[in-house]
Amino acid sequence: MIYLELFFTFLKIGAFTFGGGYAMIPLIQSEVVAKGWMAEEEILNFIAVSESTPGPFAINIATYIGAETGGFFGAVCSTFGVVFPSLVIIILVAKFFTSFKDNRIVKGCMSGLRPTVIGLIASTALTVAISVFLPKDLDFSVFDVYSFVSSLIIFGLAAFLLLSKKKNPILIIAISAVLGIASGYLRTLF
Amino acid sequence: MKELLGLFITFFKIGLFTFGGGYAMIPLIQKEVVTNKKWLTDADILDIIAIAESTPGPIAVNTATFVGFKTKGVPGALFATFGLVLPSFTIIYIVSFILRQFMEFPAVAYAFAGIRAGVLALILKALISMYKQCPKGVISYIIMFIAFAAVLFTKINVIFVILFCAAVGLVHSLIVSSRKPKGGDEK
Repeated sequence: MIYLELFFTFLKIGAFTFGGGYAMIPLIQSEVVAKGWMAEEEILNFIAVSESTPGPFAINIATYIGAETGGFFGAVCSTFGVVFPSLVIIILVAKFFTSFKDNRIVKGCMSGLRPTVIGLIASTALTVAISVFLPKDLDFSVFDVYSFVSSLIIFGLAAFLLLSKKKNPILIIAISAVLGIASGYLRTLF
Repeated sequence: MKELLGLFITFFKIGLFTFGGGYAMIPLIQKEVVTNKKWLTDADILDIIAIAESTPGPIAVNTATFVGFKTKGVPGALFATFGLVLPSFTIIYIVSFILRQFMEFPAVAYAFAGIRAGVLALILKALISMYKQCPKGVISYIIMFIAFAAVLFTKINVIFVILFCAAVGLVHSLIVSSRKPKGGDEK
C-alpha cells in the first residue's frame, strides 16, 4: 500500500529532522533513494527547486515525492506524515511541558544533536561536492576536465557572492542556472 | 471561528512569502503575530523558537503549531499548520507535473548542472553558520566526526546515528553537571 508507505516514511523523516533542511538530506537519501522513489541527483536538483519556491524544504520534498510516487493522494499522505510528529510533539510540549527548553534531559540531548547536525550537513556537502565535481561515480577514467572546470568556476562565484557579498540564495541559483546553460551550450560549439 | 480563520490566513501568508526555510520565517512571524495581531509577545516568540529548535520536525511547522496552540488550542494548531503547509503543497504539486518533462530539454539539464554547483555553496554556507553557533568542545568535535563518518562510510541507519549522538550528548552533560555542583542541585 503505497499511501501508507509514504505516510510512514515521511513520519519517520519528520520525527528525526533536526536543524533544518540540509541536515535532513542523508536521512531522505537513505529512506527515499533506497526505495527507488527518487534518484540521488534528483534530490540535489530538488534542493534548488525548494530554495526557489516558498515554504520549508521538508514540506516541499514530501509533497514532491508523494506526488511523483502516488499522485495527489500520495502527496497528501507524505505531507501529512512529515507534519504529524511536529503537531503531536509541539501540542504535548505546549500543554504539559512549559519548562521544556530548560529541562536537563532536553538540554543534554540538544548538546549532542547540535554537533550531529553539523556532521550530517558536512556529509551532505561532501556527497554534493562529489556529484558536482566527479559526476560519474568516482570513475576517474571518464574524468571530464571541461565539466570539472566549469563547475569549479560556478561554485567559486556562488560561494563568493553568498559568503562575502551576502547575496540572496535565489539570486545565487539564478546566476548558477544561467552560467550552467552558457557552459553547456558553449561546449556543444567545440 | 474568526480567530481560527485569522490564524489560517496569517500562516498561509507566511508560508507563501518565505523562501529558504525556518529561520527566514521568524521576522515575518514576529511582524504578523506580535506587531499586527498582538496574539503573542516578543518574549513568547523567543521561547517558541527555542522549543521549535529542540523538538524534531521542521522549525516552520513547529513554530506554526506552537503559535496556533497558544492562541486557540488544538484547533488553532491545526488551522495554523494547515495554513503554513497549503502554499508549499499547492506550488510543489504543480511543479511535480512539469519538472521531469522540463528535464528533457538540454537547456534545463544544463541549468541544473550549474545549479548543483551553486547549491553546494548554499550548503557550505549553512554548514559554516551552524558551526559558528555550535558550542565547541572535545565531545562536540567527536560527535561531529562520528555523525559525518557514520553517514558517509557505513551503512548504519541515519536515525540510529542521530539517537546515538543525542545519547552521547545527554550522558556527557549529565556527567558534567553531576560533577560541578557539590550537592544541592541533585534531588
